[in-house]
Amino acid sequence: MSSTHAHGPKPPHAFFQHHYDTVEQQAGAAKLGMWVFLATEILMFSGLFLAYFIVRAFYPEMVLGSHELLSKTMGGINTVVLLTSSFTMAMAVRSAQVGDTPGIVRNLYMTIGCALIFMVVKYFEYTGKFSHGIFPGKYFDYERAAAYAAEHGHELVGMPHIFFGVYFTMTGLHGVHVLAGIIVLTWILRRAQKGHFGPQYFTPVENVGLYWHIVDLVWIFLFPLLYLVK
Amino acid sequence: MLSMFFAPETKEAAKAAAGAAAPVVEKAAAAAPKLPPLETAHNWALPTEASTFARSTDNLYLFIVALDVFFFVLVIGAMVYFMWKYKRRSEDQKTSSITHNGKIEFLWSAIPAVLLVVIFAWAEIDYLKQTTPPADAINIRVVGRQWFWTVEYPDNPGVSLTSNVDEPQLTMIVPKGRPVRLTMTSEDVLHSFYIPAFRIKKDVVPGRYTTLWFEATTVGEFNIFCAEYCGDRHSSMTGVIKVLEPEMYEAALKEASKLEAKPGEAPAEFGRRIYTRRGCNACHTLDGAPATGPSWKALYGRQETMADGSSLTVDDNYITESILRPQAKIVAGFTGAQMPSYQGQLDQKQIAALIEFIKTQK
Amino acid sequence: MATAHTPATEHAREPSFYEGKTGFKNWFITLDHKRLGMMYLVGTMVFFLVGGIAALTLRTELLTPEQDLVSATTFNKLFTVHGAVMVFLVIIPAVPAALGNFLLPLMLGVKDVAFPRLNLLSFWVYCFGACFFLFTLFAGGLDTGWTFYTPYSTTTGTAMLSATAGAFILGFSSILTGVNFIVTVHKMRAPGLTWNRLPLFVWAIYSTAVIQILATPVLAITLLLLIVERTLNIGIFDPAMGGDPVLYQHFFWFYSHPAVYIMILPGFGIISELIAVHSRKHIFGYKAIALSSIAIAIISFLVWGHHMFVSGQSELAGVVFSFLTFAVAVPTAIKVFSWVATLYKGSIEFNTPMLYALAFLFTFSIGGLTGIFLGSLSVDVHLHDTYFVVAHFHYVMMGGTIIAFIGGIHHWWGKMTGRMFNEAHAKWGVLLVFIGFNMTFFNQFVIGQQGMPRRYATYVPQFQQQHVLSTIGSYILGVGLLWTAIYLLRSLRSGPQAPDNPYGGASLEWQTQSPPIEHNFHGQPVADTDPYNFPQIDRSGGMDAH
Repeated sequence: MSSTHAHGPKPPHAFFQHHYDTVEQQAGAAKLGMWVFLATEILMFSGLFLAYFIVRAFYPEMVLGSHELLSKTMGGINTVVLLTSSFTMAMAVRSAQVGDTPGIVRNLYMTIGCALIFMVVKYFEYTGKFSHGIFPGKYFDYERAAAYAAEHGHELVGMPHIFFGVYFTMTGLHGVHVLAGIIVLTWILRRAQKGHFGPQYFTPVENVGLYWHIVDLVWIFLFPLLYLVK
Repeated sequence: MLSMFFAPETKEAAKAAAGAAAPVVEKAAAAAPKLPPLETAHNWALPTEASTFARSTDNLYLFIVALDVFFFVLVIGAMVYFMWKYKRRSEDQKTSSITHNGKIEFLWSAIPAVLLVVIFAWAEIDYLKQTTPPADAINIRVVGRQWFWTVEYPDNPGVSLTSNVDEPQLTMIVPKGRPVRLTMTSEDVLHSFYIPAFRIKKDVVPGRYTTLWFEATTVGEFNIFCAEYCGDRHSSMTGVIKVLEPEMYEAALKEASKLEAKPGEAPAEFGRRIYTRRGCNACHTLDGAPATGPSWKALYGRQETMADGSSLTVDDNYITESILRPQAKIVAGFTGAQMPSYQGQLDQKQIAALIEFIKTQK
Repeated sequence: MATAHTPATEHAREPSFYEGKTGFKNWFITLDHKRLGMMYLVGTMVFFLVGGIAALTLRTELLTPEQDLVSATTFNKLFTVHGAVMVFLVIIPAVPAALGNFLLPLMLGVKDVAFPRLNLLSFWVYCFGACFFLFTLFAGGLDTGWTFYTPYSTTTGTAMLSATAGAFILGFSSILTGVNFIVTVHKMRAPGLTWNRLPLFVWAIYSTAVIQILATPVLAITLLLLIVERTLNIGIFDPAMGGDPVLYQHFFWFYSHPAVYIMILPGFGIISELIAVHSRKHIFGYKAIALSSIAIAIISFLVWGHHMFVSGQSELAGVVFSFLTFAVAVPTAIKVFSWVATLYKGSIEFNTPMLYALAFLFTFSIGGLTGIFLGSLSVDVHLHDTYFVVAHFHYVMMGGTIIAFIGGIHHWWGKMTGRMFNEAHAKWGVLLVFIGFNMTFFNQFVIGQQGMPRRYATYVPQFQQQHVLSTIGSYILGVGLLWTAIYLLRSLRSGPQAPDNPYGGASLEWQTQSPPIEHNFHGQPVADTDPYNFPQIDRSGGMDAH
């Protein structure tokens, strides 16, 4: 819709879309839309969690044995990193609400930084697994993985390729969400730098924040289920 | 909680090779299976009732038919009546201001609800009978493969019957009036074991065992269909079940499972019988078209390139090895994963006859 | 009667939304919900043709028990193409994405949906997903059936990945449209348009959107797991790697059963509008119809297991799912009764949209009533995976959704295109479609009860008579649909100008000109009463309609 057709009074801020009647309606719609979208995200991950629980119910010893090969340290670091990023994200939203543009930019930089650290740690985790023959599914190299497990005093039980299939699918999909998060965070960072946000208009920051918290939340479930299972 | 959604049957971590991609080839036109005549009185009737379940299933079926016809006539009759009665006759024809009526809305919610509960309970009682086989049932093992059934009788070791993709063939023999329990599994993809005359059906699932039981009430031959889509020749995965008087059962079983050369029968002719009786024809054609496995046309003496790049001449040794250990040497372009081992299934004489048969396929 | 403060007729005609920026590029980047709706309509109709050609080829092959026209492999690919295209590319998007996009903002009296850019993105995603399906067709097709059951789908040599990726992508289009519609209904309504005054079409689209956002993510993850299983063999669904094929069925039907209601609920919405408008009577039991849509949306999530009564799930699960299946029948019955009751003391005009609505009542009643057989455990054991099921779901999907959709297209054709079609021609179309449809599918109930399994390329000769009848019916149906397409397209060139409100409808979309202007309404429409208060309603009896 072109803005030349605007009816009614002068728009209250530069980003008011004229098919809405009021600013409140626009902000309310954006927020509701985001919540509905996040519900679909949660449902999507819950499908994977369900698959995980079923695998665990079928092959409890296999899951217990296999998870020992995951690095609790790296997983733990990533958990702390993501929690920190959630905090800085919340601060960015707060800065937007009070109109503190440098604050938004600073906090978004920190959030993106944390996201990047997360991905770098993930990269080292994945390559570490690959170098010991721990691939998902049919590419799983049982002998090398068993040797690696034995080095660390563990034993592989049953069909660990299933556990790692689930592990790579879950963390992979989560990783894709982190990457998507980095992209949208960069987008609102650019907009913040242009001074788009203030107490009148901060819905994008708020919505990206909601998304980021969900990505964080999913990890909060993934970490204990995959790394700390007992 | 989880167990509710998963089988009461044994969950078995299958080692069954489900096989990778079969070569995609267009099959030569296949004829429709020539099965025993369909067991219906006329073109609109239900099939013959040949098991103890058939009667009660049909009773409920006909009850629902009656109920459906009643409600359909009621609803569509009212519709047609209103169409005629309240047809627009002038542009300013007045209409009623009724918007709702609590009483009638309650009634037309409650009455169907009650009827549906009745149907539910009836169907459930019948169904539970179908899922609990009696302890004294005859045990039969059924294995589904692309695209034939193998039926074995654990109580009669060595008895094994198969269905045939090319023509109807005796696949299962059961006595009349005795419960029979089928334990079924698949070696490749999903199949579903279906006997319309018995009103029974159950999926045959790779990696687990499913069970089915019935008690035949009518002597005769009936169709077995595969009801779950399983690939190219799904519609040819049909068989014949024969119900006999109990006293004839054991003898018929022995006779039917006998697979040995008849007096005076040429080995190649005997081999041809084995070819169809043991399901070889499900995957190996005689007309040169490659299917799941290589065609047997001009196979003997042919130079074949193997999947690993080596090559060999097809001779007695190679054929024997391929029958007993199918995955040992696989011809390039095929996966070989689908073929089961016939170790213990075919004896030396039978293998020799098969080889003779292959030799005749020029 | 609902009125706009400034009715369209008092305005000079303004250029319609077609007359703005034209050209392919401007259409392809348009944010106008009406243009997007029209493009969805064209897209779904193109694929309807593709799926229809596949269906007619199948029917022709089934004229004889032998296999003669096409090979078994081709037959299997054809029914897969028919099913997958009709489900994912035609029926799911047809009513919500095409008609819903066009009508929702008009019925709500607003300028556009809440997120026009998201709407455009959703259309692009639809096109992208459709490309994957086209690629699958050109890459030799797929032979798994539209359900992609494992382990066949993880082992088949056909173009499995592009098809599942296509369905995965189309799922996102569906989710985004659902999000958009939910927010639009919640946040964007004309003054006075309370929840109790929403047209029932809006209620239906809203319930559909709820199912779309709750079920489609599960489909997405199911297909993702299937793709991972196929490429990496992770051992979730494939028994050869330690997985469980029945688990796949649970995952798949958890989406695909609610998807059945994604397909049929919008059809219900259309029928509610058609019957009320063309009999000029207040819809009977407005609240019951609206709430039954929501009830269906909720219960639809709890009945997936009835697709698996013979699959090897536990008896207890079978019993629970059977009970819940019967529970979903009640709200559906309420709707049918309410529609028939609406006709009582109405002023029924037998024009084409109304004839389609009446045809719907006939065919959908059969579809719904035959569902009782399949919900009954012991009877389903016999009928499962036979032609009875084929006939049942075609009576619901084709006799329900598609007939409602065609009726809706006729009802709103003037509003959408600004032209009226030829009524006499259209009535021949109704006749052909109705006769052809029933002839194709009714006798499939018969061969189904006799035990003819579905997806059979060859069959026992005893079934031939019914198959021939079915095939002739399908040709009549094909001719009827083709005829419909011809006179509708001809009307675009030579049809008379459509009036703003050809049938005397009272909902807000009739308050603007035909076709609407770019921003829908000339002023701000206001809904001061509900959308079924027609001026012909006789209030002299003292009972006010509202």
